[in-house]
Amino acid sequence: MNRIVVVGYGPTAHRLVETLYERGFDGRVTVIGEEPRPAYDRVALTSYLSGISVEDLTYPVPPGTVTRLGGRVTGIDREARTVTLADGSAEPYDVLVLATGSAPFVPPVPGAEHAYVYRTIDDLDAIRMAAKDATEGVVVGGGLLGLEAADALRGLGLKTHIVEMSPWLMPRQVDEGGGSVLKGHIEALGLSVHAGAGVQEIVAGERGVTGLRKPDGTLLDAQIVVFSAGIRPRDELARTSGLDVGERGGITVDAGMRTSDPAIYAIGECALAGGMVYGLVGPCFTMAEVAADRILGGAATFDGADLSTKLKLLGVEVAQFGAMDGALDVTYMDPVAGVYKRLFISDDAKTLLGGICVGDASPYSALRPFVGKPLPAAPSDLLFSGSGAELDLPDDAQVCSCNNVSAGTVRTAIADKALTDVPGIKACTRAGTTCGSCVPMLKQLLEKSGVEVSKALCEHFTYSRAELYDIVKVRGITTFSELISAHGEGRGCDICKPAVASILASLHNGHVLDGERAALQDTNDAFLANIQKNGTYSVVPRIPGGEITPDKLIVIGEVARDFGLYTKITGGQRIDLFGARVEQLPQIWRRLVDAGFESGHAYGKALRTVKSCVGSAWCRYGVQDSVGLAIDLELRYRGLRAPHKLKSAVSGCARECAEARSKDFGIIATEQGWNLYVGGNGGFKPRHADLLAADLSTEELIRTIDRFVMFYIRTADRLQRTAAWLESLDGGLDYLRQVIIDDSLGICAELDAQMEYHVATYVDEWQTTIDDPEKLGRFVSFVNAPGVPDPSIVFETERDQIKPVEVAAR
Amino acid sequence: MSSWIPVCGYQALLPERGVCALVDGRQVAVFRTYDGTVHAIDNLDPFSGAQVLSRGIVGTRRGEPTVASPLHKQVFSLVSGECLDEPGFAVPVYPIRVDGGLVQVGMGV
Ligand SMILES: Cc1cc2nc3c(=O)[nH]c(=O)nc-3n(C[C@H](O)[C@H](O)[C@H](O)COP(=O)(O)OP(=O)(O)OC[C@H]3O[C@@H](n4cnc5c(N)ncnc54)[C@H](O)[C@@H]3O)c2cc1C
Ligand code: SF4
Ligand code: FES
Repeated sequence: MNRIVVVGYGPTAHRLVETLYERGFDGRVTVIGEEPRPAYDRVALTSYLSGISVEDLTYPVPPGTVTRLGGRVTGIDREARTVTLADGSAEPYDVLVLATGSAPFVPPVPGAEHAYVYRTIDDLDAIRMAAKDATEGVVVGGGLLGLEAADALRGLGLKTHIVEMSPWLMPRQVDEGGGSVLKGHIEALGLSVHAGAGVQEIVAGERGVTGLRKPDGTLLDAQIVVFSAGIRPRDELARTSGLDVGERGGITVDAGMRTSDPAIYAIGECALAGGMVYGLVGPCFTMAEVAADRILGGAATFDGADLSTKLKLLGVEVAQFGAMDGALDVTYMDPVAGVYKRLFISDDAKTLLGGICVGDASPYSALRPFVGKPLPAAPSDLLFSGSGAELDLPDDAQVCSCNNVSAGTVRTAIADKALTDVPGIKACTRAGTTCGSCVPMLKQLLEKSGVEVSKALCEHFTYSRAELYDIVKVRGITTFSELISAHGEGRGCDICKPAVASILASLHNGHVLDGERAALQDTNDAFLANIQKNGTYSVVPRIPGGEITPDKLIVIGEVARDFGLYTKITGGQRIDLFGARVEQLPQIWRRLVDAGFESGHAYGKALRTVKSCVGSAWCRYGVQDSVGLAIDLELRYRGLRAPHKLKSAVSGCARECAEARSKDFGIIATEQGWNLYVGGNGGFKPRHADLLAADLSTEELIRTIDRFVMFYIRTADRLQRTAAWLESLDGGLDYLRQVIIDDSLGICAELDAQMEYHVATYVDEWQTTIDDPEKLGRFVSFVNAPGVPDPSIVFETERDQIKPVEVAAR
Repeated sequence: MSSWIPVCGYQALLPERGVCALVDGRQVAVFRTYDGTVHAIDNLDPFSGAQVLSRGIVGTRRGEPTVASPLHKQVFSLVSGECLDEPGFAVPVYPIRVDGGLVQVGMGV
């Protein structure tokens, strides 16, 4: 038994192989997968369209695994124990595992061949291509996957219809009341819902699909139709090789995941276990673990699985756990807020049977573990117990249904491994690593175990940056010494000092090198330039929006030439001058300031640039003046100190030449105004910015950015870019909208006033520095020899410019 | 030959900021801590090979006065010159005193 062959390389196959190797299997596992890539996280498939890369989604291939990617198995010879592939080759096995998953069901209606499905990365690539020339789309199927596909079409900018056979959406997860609340949410987002409707035909002309006709004859205009009307287990190999399959599909297996041939197992969505086919990844993973255990001689069994789900679809939370009916029930419905919650209880009113939530799923993670157990509190209280902090989970309660982890397992791991954070729990128990809905529960188990989650900035302050910000603001503190003597310990370090300097700068403006503040700054801020590897500095004058006159370009060229600097165009549409010694900086800036340049703050945790495309002034596609807006924004936010650098860009139309969605705040012109995207990032962890608000007027846009930036400055951690900040915000984008658009915290007036203060008090740091002899006196290489250049700085020449001579380090 | 070489007036040192002095052809980073004490260590950052330690952030670690390299942020004790982040690395420490309002670095004393 040393040759294991796995057919299909999806999440289930991956979990099987991983488990086999983790448990010490030392033979060969060959995985044959039809897709051209190793297994990836299909649950997170939609994130691919919002910019998550294939690499990020792909599971690591366990060492030792032999993979045959892009290979489809077409037959099994059970006698000879070989499988044959479409290319005619064969693969012998001792143990065969079928993990072929399922395929989307495409109903046999006329024109169905023109429709797309939503299952693989290739499917998404095809949909994305087709969406380029489309304005409207229809998704057939209003279940979990259908709504996810609809969200994707909407994200691609299409007007989207959802057609669902059942009288309401998500019939497997919610009842009629929940369905109507869900429909309200989805229609409010601009999607149209056609429930209780089927498909007559897909209408296609010479140039592709033009619409979808419903049985009542009405035609929905659309250039893309996506079928998401259920899935069918891929049991074709089992059928052709004579294995038992269920009447309605699925490869029949016993509790040990074995098919009717003892040498063949079937796991995941293709398997029919206990008369059920499972369409959720949690049970599939459990099946993989059971099969691995059996292959290695164990006796594990698969005894059915919890089908609870909690999802966020189109920004609406939906959750269902346990049974969907019961003798008694408690229902809460608020059609105005769009919230529906219902709990099912046994006839003696003692046992919790299940529940449904739409619009607010907070009871889910707290209550799911109590299914089948005595009610932990009065039902009406439970409906509103958002946190669940007051509930004590029994050890056998399942906390993570995706990975079948109980509260007891998590508690033991916390105690035995001295875990202090959620990532630690994830690594040790796998809980929370799949859909993430149980993470709030994990946090609570941590807190209740008495582990203090440290948010201390460094050894000198027990507070987080956001807390220090509030202290400085509320107490009216203006110096670091005042802050550390009253609220900290010691004399600070390279972590807390710049952080406090940034807080003081955000709250009080004023010069970064005034008085004691000079000693808080990183060398970059201290010399208003960027230190380079050999101790020299680079200089970046501000070029707002990337627009510059020939005369100013010539000045930069002359300065670079006269001081012998290396020049390079930056990614932010400006020019970086390298190789300046400390004592040259004031001379360089004297020339630049005289020519009308200002500091570009390339050295600061502050606004860097607002990049722009050429926009409507020149470009034949442009719909708005992107350059004009970029200049206005850059001048408005220049010099604003923040927890980390801030980058922005403006594109003049949807073609997005300025790459605005890779910025902290990016703006894309529309026919009606501007779309504002926030939380984007390039760098080593790229993230596409999320759409915060659409079709804003210029005035609305600026007010929204003002508040976004100020709220970020107030609440982010030290060195936390907006991308990470947004991901860590409890409630995410919706919460952000509530705070800065609906003013749910009542702080918008204050945020606005702070930004006005910044704009009104901004002065150019370099201008004031060269006018101040005291500050200028610090720009020397040697206190005792002010005119002497540092002799250790030496350059060589490369491509006609200077380059630092490599020094021997260490 | 041993001698005390004046490098600057005490008033030229700002609390918790360093300066660099050229002493006998050697670059010496001179610091004044918050309580007024002066320290002198070599300006050469052993990790980058650049003469930059005088431009680092001055602070404390468990009460001991420190400076962090401005390039890769390794922290050095101003008292012993030892790198507190990577044991085994250290920079030379020089004698220093304030005499008649003048800061003096000792060479060979
Ligand atoms: C958009 C989307 C969102 C989802 N969201 C959730 C969610 O929130 N929560 C949840 O629990 N579940 C969710 N799911 C379901 C989840 O992805 C599946 O349960 C899971 O992928 C099942 O894994 P599997 O390995 O059994 O099957 P699959 O993922 O289907 O993998 C089977 C693989 O086998 C290959 N294959 C099939 N036949 C052959 C053959 N003959 N030869 C070679 N290769 C073959 C297929 O190409 C495929 O790559 C979602 C699914 C989708 C599509
Ligand atoms: S984004 Fe649009 S307006 Fe701007 S350059 Fe590209 S095509 Fe032209
Ligand atoms: S319940 Fe999905 S990861 Fe825990």
